[in-house]
Amino acid sequence: MDWWFFIEVFMGGLLSGVMYSLVALGFVLIFKASGVFNFAQGAMVLFAALTFVRLLEMGVPILVTTAITTGVMILLAIFIERVMLRPLVNQDLIILFMATIGLNYFIEGFAQLIWGSHVGVLDIGIDQYAAFEIGNALINKFDVWAALIAGGLVLVLSLFFRYTVIGRALRAVADDHQAALSVGIPLSTIWIYVWSTAGLVALVAGVVWGSKLGVQFAISTVALKAIPVLIIGGFTSVPGAIIGGLIVGCGEKLAEVYLGTYIGYGIENWFPYMLALIVLMIRPEGLFGEKIIERV
Amino acid sequence: MIYRESGQFKTTYKTDQAILPIFQDRVAMALLMLFAFVVIPFIANDYWLSSILIPFLALSLAALGLNVLTGYAGQISLGTAAFMAVGAFAAYNLQVRVPEIPFLIAFIWGGLCSASIGILFGLPSLRIKGFYLAVATLAAQFFIEWLLTNFGWFTNYDSSGVITAPPMGILGFAIDNPLSKYLLVLTIVVLCAFAVRNLARSEIGRAWMAVRDMDIAAEAIGINLMKTKLIAFGVSSFLCGLAGALWAYIVLGTVEPQAFDILRSFEILFMVVIGGLGSVSGAFLGAGFMILLPILLNNLGSIITGSAISTETIAHIEFMIFGAFIIFFLIVEPNGLARLWQIAKEKLRLWPFPY
Amino acid sequence: MRVESKNKSSTKIEVLMDIKDISLSFGGLKALQDVSLQIQKGEILAIIGPNGAGKSSMLNVISGIYVPQKGEVEWKGKLRKKIAPHDIARMGIARTFQNIALFRGMTALENILTGRNILMKRNLFLEALYLGMGRKQEEEHRQKAEEIIDFLEIQSIRKTPVARLPYGLQKRVELGRALALEPELLLLDEPMAGMNVEEKEDMCRFILDVNEQFGTTIVLIEHDMGVVMDISDRVAVLDYGIKIADGTPDEVRSEQKVIDAYLGAG
Repeated sequence: MDWWFFIEVFMGGLLSGVMYSLVALGFVLIFKASGVFNFAQGAMVLFAALTFVRLLEMGVPILVTTAITTGVMILLAIFIERVMLRPLVNQDLIILFMATIGLNYFIEGFAQLIWGSHVGVLDIGIDQYAAFEIGNALINKFDVWAALIAGGLVLVLSLFFRYTVIGRALRAVADDHQAALSVGIPLSTIWIYVWSTAGLVALVAGVVWGSKLGVQFAISTVALKAIPVLIIGGFTSVPGAIIGGLIVGCGEKLAEVYLGTYIGYGIENWFPYMLALIVLMIRPEGLFGEKIIERV
Repeated sequence: MIYRESGQFKTTYKTDQAILPIFQDRVAMALLMLFAFVVIPFIANDYWLSSILIPFLALSLAALGLNVLTGYAGQISLGTAAFMAVGAFAAYNLQVRVPEIPFLIAFIWGGLCSASIGILFGLPSLRIKGFYLAVATLAAQFFIEWLLTNFGWFTNYDSSGVITAPPMGILGFAIDNPLSKYLLVLTIVVLCAFAVRNLARSEIGRAWMAVRDMDIAAEAIGINLMKTKLIAFGVSSFLCGLAGALWAYIVLGTVEPQAFDILRSFEILFMVVIGGLGSVSGAFLGAGFMILLPILLNNLGSIITGSAISTETIAHIEFMIFGAFIIFFLIVEPNGLARLWQIAKEKLRLWPFPY
Repeated sequence: MRVESKNKSSTKIEVLMDIKDISLSFGGLKALQDVSLQIQKGEILAIIGPNGAGKSSMLNVISGIYVPQKGEVEWKGKLRKKIAPHDIARMGIARTFQNIALFRGMTALENILTGRNILMKRNLFLEALYLGMGRKQEEEHRQKAEEIIDFLEIQSIRKTPVARLPYGLQKRVELGRALALEPELLLLDEPMAGMNVEEKEDMCRFILDVNEQFGTTIVLIEHDMGVVMDISDRVAVLDYGIKIADGTPDEVRSEQKVIDAYLGAG
C-alpha cells in the first residue's frame, strides 16, 4: 500500500472538495434565507464565470471586470426576485424548486447566447501545474489557493449569519415567509440581498473553477455535484457545506482510484449521489442540518 | 353553445362515472381516434411520421409515466431517462439471448424490468420527500447510466459500440416502414393512456392523490403509504421502460445509453410541468409543445434572418424559452396546458355569449 | 340550545377502549401522567381542559399514533400493542383534524370516496381496464359515498374542489370522509373550531345523528362549553397532563378542581 500515493489522492480529493463547497455555499445561503433550493446555482456560476472571462478577453482590466461582474450578478438577483420569486411567494417549496430548474435552463441558455459557448481561458495568476512536494506526495498549489479562498469566504459568511441583524432576519425569512412579512421584514429587499450574495459566491466559485477547468458549459454540471454535498452536510449549514464538500471530494477521488480498478471507471459520476442517498436514509437532515418537523 | 352540457342528465352513477361523461367529449375523442388511426396514414408523409409523430408519441408515453409518479402520486423524479434506458436495454438483452421471443413480449419484459428497478429506487421515498427524493432519483440516473455504459454484458459485448435494435415483426409482417411503426406506437400509446386514465379514477388513483396532497391524512384513513408509493414507482417505471424500448427500437434504431441522459430526464419533467401535472392529456400537450417548439423556432429563425441560424444558437434560445415557460406556467397556471385547455372548454360552453 | 339528554343508563355498559394508567412524555416534557379513562361503546365523550393540558396527546394515544411509555391500552378487551398508522383505520378508528386535512387536489366527492379505500379491494389490472370488479366496486362505493353526502346535506357541492369550499363546509366534508370508513370509534379534534353559531348547530346535529343512527362512539376535544355540556354523555377533564375529573356534564361542571383549573386557583 503506497501511503504517499494515498495521501496525494486524499489531499487532492480534499482540495477539490473545497471547490465543491464553494458552489454549495451559494445553495446554503439561498436555502437558509428563503427555504428555496436554488437549482440554478450552477447556471449562476457559469454566467458569472462567462461574464468575467469575456470581459477579460475584451481587455478590461481585472479590477473593473470584477466590479462590472459583481454589478451584473446583483442585477440578475433583482431580475430573479421580480420575475420569479415575487409571483411565487406563497407557493409550495416544491413549486419554487421546479421554477429554479426552469431558471437554470434559462440562465444557461442566456449566458451562452450572449457570451458564446467557446471555452474561455481564465488566468488569475496562479500556476495550475505547480505543486508542493510533501514526502513523495505532490500537492497541487492551485488547489491550496482555492482552499484558502473558500475557507476565507466561509468564515466571512458564518460570522455574517450569526452576528448581524441582517443575518438573523435572513434566518427568520427562511423559517416562514408570511410570518417574516407580518413582523415587518421587507421580503423583497432581503431576497435581493441573499441572491446577490449567492451571486457573488457564484462569481468566486466560477473564477476558481474556471481557472482550473476553463470556463465552459461543463461547469454548470459540476454544480450538480453540489447537491450531494448539501445532502451530506445539511442544507442549512455553512460548516456543513464545507465538511460535505470535503467528504464528497475525498470520497469520489478515493473511490475512483481504489475501486475503479475493480469495478470500472467513471465511478465519480455517481458515487457522491449514492453516498448522499445513504445519508438520506440514515440521517435525512444531514450531518449538520436542522431536523424538519411536520405538524398536522 | 356547442359545448353546453345542459340537457345531459346522468340518472345513474354508472353513467356519471363514465370516462368521458360529456357527450361532446365523446364525439371529440372518437373524431380524434379516427383522425389518428385512419386519416393520418393517408395524409402524412414519411418525414412527419418519423421525425415528429413517432417521437411525439414515444415521449408522450414517457411523460405519461412520469405524470403517474409526479403528477398523481406527488413523488418528484429526475431519473426518468434512466428507467427508459432500463426498458430499452432489458428488451434488447432478452431478444439477443432468446431470439424466438416476439418483440412485443420483449417490450413488456423491458417494462417489467424497469418497474422492478423503479420500485428499488423508489424505496427511499418511504423516508424522504420533495427534493430530497429528487436527489435519490438523480442517483438512479447517474448510476444506471454508468452501469449500462461500463459493463459490456448489457451490450452483449458488442465491440462496435453502437448496437442496432433488432427488427420487429408480427405474424410474418415486418414492421419496418414509417407507417407501420407509427400505427404500432400509436396503438401502444393509446392503450396505455386509457389504462392510466382508468387507474386515475379508481381506488389506486385516489390513493396516489391522497398521498400527494397530505400523506398524514392519507395514513389516517388507512392508506398504506409504502405500498401506494411503490406501486406508483412501479407503474410509472413500467410506462417509462416501455417508452424507452419504443424510443430505442423505433425512433433511434439503436440501443445506446447516451440517448437516456440527464438532459432527457429534464426534458420529460418539463413536458409534464408544462403540459399539466396530474392529467393524461397534459402528457400529450407537454410532449407536443417540446417537440414542436424547436421546429417552430428553426423555421421562424430562417424566416427572420433569411438564412439558417446555427444549431447552437437555436439550442440556447430553446433553453431560454423552455426555462421561461416553466416559470411562466408555474406562476400563472401550475396545472399547465391541460388546465388552460379546460378553461377554454368552459368558455366554449357559453360561446358565442360573453357570459 | 338544550338537547334532550339521552337515557343510556338502561343499556348495559360495554367498554370499547380501556386506557389504564398511561404516561406519555416527549423528551423531558410530560404530556400525560397516569391517566386512566374508559370509552364506553355508543357514548359521546368530551375531553376538555385548558390549553396545553394534553388533550391532543390524549387523542393521539387513543387513535394509536402515540404509544405511551407507561401503561396499557385495551381495545375491545384485548391489549393493543404498537400498530402502524395506516392500520388504525382498519381497526375501526377514524379521526378528523384540528386544521382541516382534506386532499386539496380533489373534489368533495373524491375526498369521501377516498375514505372508502380500506373497504375496497385492489386489482390493478382490472382497474386499468375499468372492467369487472374494477368498475363494479367504483359504482357500489359511489352509492355509499352518496349516502353520506345525503346525510350531511352537501349534495350541491359534491363536485366542487375542496379548496374552494368555505371553512364550515370543508369541516363537514372531512367529517364525511371519516364516516366513509364506517368507524366504530370517531375522534373529532375541535370540530367546532372557527364556526359561527349556525354552523355549530348544524355540526352538533350531525354529530348527534351519527351517534344515534349509526351507533358510532364519539370522542371529541372541544373548547365550547355550551356544546360540550349539551351533547356529551360524559366529560373527562385534563389539566397539565393529569385527569382531574370524569363524569357526566353536570357532575363535572360543579367540581371545584375543574373550576380552579379553568379560572386559575388562587
